Amino acid sequence: MAQALNRALRDAMAADAAVHVLGEDVGPLGGVFRITDGLAAEFGDDRCADTPLAEAGILGTAVGMAMYGLRPVVEMQFDAFAYPAFEQLLSHVAKMRNRTRGAMPLPITVRVPYGGGIGGVEHHSDSSEAYYMATPGLHVVTPSTVADAYGLLRAAIASDDPVVFLEPKRLYWSKADWSPESPETVAPIGRAAVRRTGRSATLISYGPSVPVCLEAADAAREEGWELEVVDLRSLVPFDDETVTASVRRTGRAVVVHEATGFAGPGAEIAARVTERCFHHLEAPVLRVTGFDIPYPPPMLEKHHLPGVDRVLDAVARLQWEADLTGREGAR
Amino acid sequence: MTVLQQTAASRRPVPPPAWRPRTDPAPLLPDQEPFRVLGTPAARDADPALLKRLYAALVLGRRYNTQATALTRQGRLAVYPSSTGQEACEVAAGQVLAERDWLFPSYRDTLAAVSRGLDPVRALTLLRGDWHTGYDPREHRVAPLSTPLATQLPHAVGLAHAARLKGDDVVALAMVGDGGTSEGDFHEALNFAAVWRAPVVFLVQNNGFAISVPLAKQTAAPSLAHKGVGYGIPGRLVDGNDAAAVHTVLDEAVRRARSGGGPTLVEAVTYRMEAHTNADDATRYREADEVETWRGHDPIALLERELREAGQLGDADVAAAREAAEEMAAGLRARMNEEPVTDPMDLFAHVYARRTSQLREQAEQLRAELDAAEETERTDGTEQTGQTEQTEQTGEDHR
Ligand SMILES: Cc1ncc(C[n+]2csc(CCOP(=O)(O)OP(=O)(O)O)c2C)c(N)n1
Repeated sequence: MAQALNRALRDAMAADAAVHVLGEDVGPLGGVFRITDGLAAEFGDDRCADTPLAEAGILGTAVGMAMYGLRPVVEMQFDAFAYPAFEQLLSHVAKMRNRTRGAMPLPITVRVPYGGGIGGVEHHSDSSEAYYMATPGLHVVTPSTVADAYGLLRAAIASDDPVVFLEPKRLYWSKADWSPESPETVAPIGRAAVRRTGRSATLISYGPSVPVCLEAADAAREEGWELEVVDLRSLVPFDDETVTASVRRTGRAVVVHEATGFAGPGAEIAARVTERCFHHLEAPVLRVTGFDIPYPPPMLEKHHLPGVDRVLDAVARLQWEADLTGREGAR
Repeated sequence: MTVLQQTAASRRPVPPPAWRPRTDPAPLLPDQEPFRVLGTPAARDADPALLKRLYAALVLGRRYNTQATALTRQGRLAVYPSSTGQEACEVAAGQVLAERDWLFPSYRDTLAAVSRGLDPVRALTLLRGDWHTGYDPREHRVAPLSTPLATQLPHAVGLAHAARLKGDDVVALAMVGDGGTSEGDFHEALNFAAVWRAPVVFLVQNNGFAISVPLAKQTAAPSLAHKGVGYGIPGRLVDGNDAAAVHTVLDEAVRRARSGGGPTLVEAVTYRMEAHTNADDATRYREADEVETWRGHDPIALLERELREAGQLGDADVAAAREAAEEMAAGLRARMNEEPVTDPMDLFAHVYARRTSQLREQAEQLRAELDAAEETERTDGTEQTGQTEQTEQTGEDHR
């Protein structure tokens, strides 16, 4: 995936001279995850610039650059190091179009490596998507496949609105399904993908949890369940259409993500699904999420991250036979 | 008359007194050259006992760094940001404070914490990965090692301020890297400290790089110590590989803070001999020549030469220091090779003073999962790890 993201940046920079990359260590080092590898050598260190170590400064200057017609792509080194930039993100990046009645859109892409599962020490594994999602004016997207990493990043950079581009760190080293020779065309922001079809229940997920859901779907076959897996790809805007169609077909849904559950992304998703699919639902929409705790140290993260077993347990709970007989009798 | 007309009428408004500079900036400015003791006449006036103590601490510190680095290769530490080459700063920072003072280290400053007396294993907990902070900050007055850069600096200011409000003559020493000085928190901390005259010492270890970014791309200031003047804080520039010099400058700054003289910004010019962490590849951004040049300015060799020339250190002393370091390393190795005991239920133990209803529910869920896993293990006949044993719950629950 890292290679696809690198290729997307390179292609976007080659296609449009307004695209500038900036961040900590993005120059000669190529970023701590090597996503910007070779860009400074190819496009010069004005186009791919090492900045002073200051996230608020990085994003704040990107605002000014965008005001002057550039298309900045900024890198936040890790999820939890983006927080100093929240003032700029929430107060300016997200609101500039609105404040100026459309006169001043900000085509900024904020790349944030996020999530756990890589054994990082504290502040290196946060899933901060709910903060971004709760801020009107931002698009929030996250790929789960290598092809989407390329396509979504191209779309994000091409977008005339600010996009928070969340990169699942633990999928950086995932391969398959993509060749740098024939990069996929742009994947549209706001469109979910059905990764696997099934009739028993829908697993709704995104980013690093999608492979977990696919694995769970494989395992579920042993139980005779056919699970459909919907990869949201875009959290804002949210593809109600794909999700609703799937859940209406299956009648059951589980939302899976590693961010904390309480007031997490799944709360919004479950509420939307319930609103739209109430009469088609055979069971309440369940959530399988990280616990409501600060991200744990590496030696304990395996207990926190939702794995296949937790997903399958939730699917099992979706059967709801006993409860449903009672409820239906009363109706 | 509108404001505009008024300004136009009196073309040269006389500034009210508040506009005038309140302090003469000259005394705030650092010297052109870093302050040195070793190899200068000042070395003769230095306390030999102190120098010998620093020497032993440097040798120990170097060994600590190499041992910790070795532990990353054995998978015993998740990561280790080495302070090899910077031991003079670490050791001086760790030793200059009185017991009641506080240290606010960054993630690279494990050695400073250890030099202050913190158990090395507990200081490494964060980097081993069994918990975030392995000690009670109040016990040794060492704040948790801070990973988000510069964020600990305002804490140091606040703590020092609070202590002064209470009438305690406590000083806080806060450490940050050259890269960290670019963060907004650095600037806000300096400003608060100056305005409140808080008893804080800021120690910037300028080791040349913030991961791959060299100082020249980090700042255009004449030196990082110069940054103090804009806030009204004196800046001191010191040779960060000269343990005697770093100790002297920090000691002066601590005394100044303690006596109500306010904050000081100290920039120690040093070099990071290793990569940023074991996960980093330094050959991508720096030349081997540069590293070798700095090897010739090694903090241990500098002090050793001085002490030997003054006849204050002999082969026996050097051997004794090395032996003590080996002993420490062996102890560290042995203890780090023990499998850390972790309890998954700890995930819920310290989120709130009293556990919320949601966390109670989630704890039950995990408990059931662990019991089920244990049951499967038992029936499979595999060995028990003992990791899933029920341990005492800490913290009350919310009703
Ligand atoms: C707020 C924040 N942004 C980014 C990082 C990622 N990061 C960790 S260390 C580092 C470089 C720090 O350089 P410096 O302050 O000079 O300290 P040194 O590593 O040289 O000791 C960076 C960018 C971080 N830890 N915190």
